[in-house]
Order: sequence, then C-alpha cells, then structure tokens
Amino acid sequence: MSATTQTPTAPDSGTTAKSRFSALLGDRRLPVLVTATLFLAMYIAGLSRYQNYGFGEPQVFLNLFIDNGYLLVAAVGATFVILSGGIDLSVGSVIGFTTMFTAWLVERQGVPLPLAVLLALGVGAFGGFLMGYVIHNFEIQPFIVTLAGLFLFRGLCLVISKESISISDSSVSSLAQTRVSLGLGELSIGALAALVVIGVAFYVLHYTRFGRRVYAIGGNEQSAMLMGLPQGRTKIAVYTVSGFCSALAGLLFMLYIQSGDPLHAVGMELDAIAATVIGGTLLTGGSGYVIGTLFGVLVLGLIKSIIQFEGTLSSWWTKIATGVLLCAFILIQRAMTSRNKT
Amino acid sequence: MAEPRPVLEMTGIVKEFPGVRALSGVDFRLFPGEIHALMGENGAGKSTLIKVLTGVHSLDGGTITLDGKSVRFASPLQAQQAGINTVYQEVNLCPNLSVAENIFIGREPTRFGRIQWKRMRKEAAELVDRLGLDIDVTAPLSAYPLAVQQLVAIVRSVSTGDGTGDGEGQGTKVLVLDEPTSSLDRDEVLELFRLMRRLKDEGVAILFVSHFLDQIYEICDRMTVLRNGTLVGEHMVSDLDQVGLIQLMIGKELDKLEELHEHQLRADVGETLLHAEGLGRTGRIAPFDLEIKKGEVVGLAGLLGSGRTELARLLFGADQPDGGKVTVAGKQVPMNAPNDAIDAGVAFCSENRKTEGLVPDLTVRENIILALQAARGWTRPIPAAQRDELVAKYIKALDIRPANPEARVGQLSGGNQQKVLLARWLITEPRLLILDEPTRGIDIGAKAEIQKLVVSLSEDGMSVLYIAAELEEVLRLSHTIGVLRDRKLVARLTNGPEITPSRILETIASGEHQ
Repeated sequence: MSATTQTPTAPDSGTTAKSRFSALLGDRRLPVLVTATLFLAMYIAGLSRYQNYGFGEPQVFLNLFIDNGYLLVAAVGATFVILSGGIDLSVGSVIGFTTMFTAWLVERQGVPLPLAVLLALGVGAFGGFLMGYVIHNFEIQPFIVTLAGLFLFRGLCLVISKESISISDSSVSSLAQTRVSLGLGELSIGALAALVVIGVAFYVLHYTRFGRRVYAIGGNEQSAMLMGLPQGRTKIAVYTVSGFCSALAGLLFMLYIQSGDPLHAVGMELDAIAATVIGGTLLTGGSGYVIGTLFGVLVLGLIKSIIQFEGTLSSWWTKIATGVLLCAFILIQRAMTSRNKT
Repeated sequence: MAEPRPVLEMTGIVKEFPGVRALSGVDFRLFPGEIHALMGENGAGKSTLIKVLTGVHSLDGGTITLDGKSVRFASPLQAQQAGINTVYQEVNLCPNLSVAENIFIGREPTRFGRIQWKRMRKEAAELVDRLGLDIDVTAPLSAYPLAVQQLVAIVRSVSTGDGTGDGEGQGTKVLVLDEPTSSLDRDEVLELFRLMRRLKDEGVAILFVSHFLDQIYEICDRMTVLRNGTLVGEHMVSDLDQVGLIQLMIGKELDKLEELHEHQLRADVGETLLHAEGLGRTGRIAPFDLEIKKGEVVGLAGLLGSGRTELARLLFGADQPDGGKVTVAGKQVPMNAPNDAIDAGVAFCSENRKTEGLVPDLTVRENIILALQAARGWTRPIPAAQRDELVAKYIKALDIRPANPEARVGQLSGGNQQKVLLARWLITEPRLLILDEPTRGIDIGAKAEIQKLVVSLSEDGMSVLYIAAELEEVLRLSHTIGVLRDRKLVARLTNGPEITPSRILETIASGEHQ
C-alpha cells in the first residue's frame, strides 16, 4: 500500500463491516466509551431495581464523588505513571503516611493546618521524585523501586505512632462538613478538589509538552530518546506527580475519615490501578485518557453503592465484581494491542 | 559536471573499538543536492561511519567539516541541531501518537505553554503536502503501514528548524537514510524515492544505505565503497556497473555468484512429500492446495503482505488452520502446533530471526542445539561429545564466522545469525525446510552462500519451501513457483526458460494463471 492510495481519512475509511469493526477496535477512545457505557448501564439497572429505595436521587450520584474523591485523585496519579509505561505501588502507603503525618502535625505538634497540608504535599511529591530519580538514574524496574516505597512509607507511619490519631481540630471538621450546593444536590470539598484535579490533569496531559512527552515515552521510550526528548526528566516528573497526587489523596482521605491511622488505605494502590485500567488506560503505556479514569472510579464506586442498596450482599462482592471487570477490560486491551501489532 | 563545494567532508576518519579497528582513515564527502550511496558488505564499516557522523560514536581520528566549518558531535541531538538528521531502519517514532505529533513532538507550537493543536496540525499538513505526500496527520501513526511511518520519520527529520518557534536548528543539510527500504515492497520504495528526489531538488544531501543494488542504481548519483573499514573508492554510479561494484565490495572475483548462475537445477524430483488440501485461515490466507515433492524447491513469490509468511506458518502449525488437511509422505498430520510439524519432519526458519528465532544471549552452540534437544525431549540430553561434534560440523559446513561455538549469537553479523538459525534446523535433518526470507538484510556474499546451500540441500533430497522478496532469487532457486496475491495462492508456475521476473510480475498483477 503506498501513501498515495491513502484517502485523507485512511484509518476509518473501511467500507465493509469488518474493517469498520477493526477500525473501531483500533480507536484509542473505544475503552473509555465502553467504560462510560458500562457505567450508564449499571446506573440504569440500579434505577430500575432500587427506584423505590431512592436510588434515583441526584444525591446518590453525587455521593459517588464524595465517597470516592480520594480514590479519584490517587487514580489520576496512577494514570500518569501507567501512561508513561511505569507503575507506582507506593500510592496506598503514601496515602496512609499522609493521614498519619498530617494528623500528627496538627494534633501533636500544633502546626497550623495550612502549613501541615503544604508539608504533607511536599513530602509526598518529594517521595515520588526520589523514586523517579532512582528508577531513571539507576535503570531499575519501577515495580521494585515503588515496592520499596510502599514498605518505606508504611513503616514511617508506624514510626510516627502505632495508634491511630483522631483529629479534633475544628477547622478540619468544619472543612469536612462543608457542602457546596449544586441545586440538585451537594458536593463536599473533597469531591470538588478531585474534580479540579481531573480537569488540571486533562489539561496537562493534552495541552502541555510535558503531557505529550508522557504519552511519547509510554509509546516507545527508546524512540522518544532518539527523537531528542528529555525522557529522564519526564519520567522523574511523572513519579513526582504521582507522589503529589497520593499525598493529596491522603489529605482528602483524612478529611473523609477525620483520623490518621497507620493502616489507612492499605492496598489502595491496587484500587487506583484497577480504576485506571478499567478506565481504558493500557498497562503497556502510551494510550488512555484521564476521563476514562474518572469513569473507572465511578464504576467501582457504583458497584459499592449497588451492593449497599442490595443490602443482603457481603461487601466482599465489591472485590469480586472488580476482579471480574478488571479481567474483562484486560482482555479488551489485549484485543486492541494485538490488532495494533498486525 | 562542475563540482560545487561539498556540504560535508570527512577526512581520515579513524574509529577503534576494543580489539578492532572499525574504520582506518576513511574519506567521505557529500555534495548538496545529491544522493550518495554508502556501499560495503556487512561489517565493512558503513554503520560505524554513519554513527561517527551522527554523534552516536565519538571520533578517534580525522576531521569532519560541515559547510566549511570543523565540527565534532557528542550526541545525536547536537548533530541534529547542526543539520544532520538520520532515519534508521527501525522507525523511531511513537506509534501511539498522531502523525502530526510525531513530526512536531519536542517542539510543538505553544502559546503561554499551551499546545496549539490547530496550528500544529495545520503546519504538519502543510509540510506533508509540500513534500507531496498524502497522509492524514490527525491519524495515529500506528494506523499506517511501516512504509508510511518511515516517510513520516523523514518528514520529521527534515522539518527540524522549520521556523516552528524554538529557533533551534538550521534546516536539514544532510539526511542519512540507513537501510530504510529493507522491509518495504516495491510501491512503497517508489514512494520513498519520490520523496528523496524531492528533497534532493531542494538541495538536501542524502546519504543512502541499502542492500538492494537495483535501488542504488535507480536513485543514487554517486557512491562510496568501503571494505573492512577502509575506503575502496568513490565513483559516479553511471561509471560503475553492478558486477564491478560487487567486485569492489567483496574484493574478489564473483566466482560464488557465477557458479550459482550456471548451476542447473536438478531436473528430476522425487515423489510427493507434502500435500496440503484446502488449508486456510480466515483473514490470513485463503484456502490453498500445495504439493511439494521430495527434493523439490518451491519458491513463493508475491508482494509483502500477500500471504507468503502466513502460508508458511500454516504449513508449520504455527497458526491453526480453519480447515483443510496436510499429508506428509502419505500420512495425515494434524498440524495443530509446531510440534506436530517438527515430528513430521518440517522445519521453519522465521523471517524475524531476532524476535522469533534466535536467542541472542545464548551461545552459537546452544542456539544450534536447541531444536534437536527439543525434538529429543528434555529428559534425554544429547551427550556432550556428540553435541560438540555436531556443532563443529555445521559451523564448518555453513562457514559460520567466527567459528567459535561459545560466541554469543547476538554479536554475530546478520548473515552469520541466519546461518546459525539454518544450522539449528538442519541438525534435525528435516524432510521439508521452510525458509522465510533467509537472505533479508544480509550481505551479498552470505546471500550467495545460503542460496548455494539451498541448491545442495535439494540435491541431497531435502524439500525446501523458499520465500524471498527478490523475484530473481526465487526464480534462480525454485523448481516450482507459487504466486501469491492478496492473501491467495493464485498460480503455480513450473520454472523454465520462459519464466522470467516480468512474467511473474504479470501473474501477480493480473492475479490469474495464464
């Protein structure tokens, strides 16, 4: 096939149903569409089943954001890392550490809240930076380095205190109670912050050189280097972003739970990764959208809500449903990547 | 032709690697608006010279003058900024990004840090248009075949410093194309050549490396020939014919090739060895019938992507057929997995010797012994003495260099890697040997040796299914030629004086057996 025979809309100019199907499979937006459709279908199913129990209330929908704001922020960080072709296992530990660290600063040391927040974000971002630095400069698998980060931050939690620290600071509780009315319902500060993070992440990924470099090194790191892109700097920045997002997620989590506990958010990195993958980001990197991650988190949140509405089901069904979904979405990814290879 | 001042002059270039002198005092010059071929066998120093020029390797001696100024590059980026751009055999772009992004990434037009997508797409479209290409710049790169991706790589490299904002770069003066055509088919090569001519008219000096002599003669103005790291000569292409060029490259008379040309194919072939009936796989290759006789060489001709490899993979059980059956020596074979084929005496040398064949980190000995050991099963290791004897025998028979069974395969040249792969299968003494592009990307001497080997195997009674991109090669070796077109076996021609490359091309073009 020569270039001259390409019509301007080459990739989807297929006329037969089959080639249209394969063009659709090749479209990188497909997984996001699938996830969004799944979310809608689940929502409608929930409506028809639990309508009499108030599932149709707008607030039920908005609660998805309130109850999962921290996960959303963590998943945005995970999306950056996975897009770049890496993985970050330290997310849950950094979240747990942030809750402990902030609670300790505010309750035990009497540090004013705004300063504690800044310190917590700084420590999280710095931890991410260090991991990125080690990954790039010593050419070590991100899996191993962030696994070390996982243990390190969890250990640091216990260094601060073995007991949980509940937060009685009045500004924290008033922040946690604050609700912003949207007419149909209301959102918490945490949910709003998560939405802002989504918006900023979208802008960064699609409208800045840094964002495009994240996609480029996820697509082919070697090529990115040969094209003269600063792939090392980008990588380090990606883990810094993830560390920052984890710390922010930790703050939101603390706001949600109003305590610091050394065992908060154990394993949450896996939820973040699951949400990202269900949202259509390829684990191999280079393909995916932060909007997909939003839907991924919403789907996971909706599963929880539905199980609550069902009432009789054990909450472990959340895990089972997540596992099944994850498996299905990995298979879709596989179909996509194998199609791209031929 | 009055000679203007060369844009690039390399004088007395010396490059040493531990224990090897890769280049000793090579001179090379490049004029604006010319296409200059760098010729030589594998290991002659072509790649090293290019890497020295593009800043990948440092210089151990000699000078490089670009536009009258002495230069020395410490990295590919520096070379790019000075106007020397390289497109490698493997496309070094990001398949997940759009064409426009691949052209502009790293220097996207921005305003207050925000990427101006519209402007970027427009500029990319203009650039593509100006170079006479018809590519949708908004489509992801992976939507296009390799050939188009290569063109995009060229567009990217010639567009650096195209007034896109950052002020770096001074426009491309020298474009280095390192074997861009090795995996392209004829139409794609023509498209590439069109682009090259266009750039040449714009005054870009192009350094072109290719193993295909016909392409050199079609597109190049001048050539520099290297042998063993030394300069053999610089010639106008019009002054040197192909035979003369090959002699310069290998430094001896063409006895090897001549011998092959005069060789008469064994006329009598034995009885049917393999018979495939209605074998096919949806989307890969339409059901086909194929008969291969004992000692017969069956060549497959067809364009890249016409189903040559797919056919071979079905015969080897590497892909499962939708229907049809295969009989080998009268017995039906299930062909559900390569093991079935290996048990039936079928061996398959893949075209991707790096990814699907050899294990680069294992030694020559281990690679050769792999298939035989697999056939015996892991519970019955081959005795060391017998193993060493077998390996030594095949290293000698195939003239694998270096003749060291402990050398790591990854360090061997392409031709020698191919021989190792061949040895691996020959050692199992197959009845049918499937060779998928065994001569791709290897130099002319090794090519001739492999072809000679095929002929002698056939004389010993082994059947061979031979796949090659070059029609002449298929014609020279095959008793029977299967012609493929659009994933369908359209014709079976018995080789004879009346069968010529143009006849085969006609068959491919018309898709009919006349």
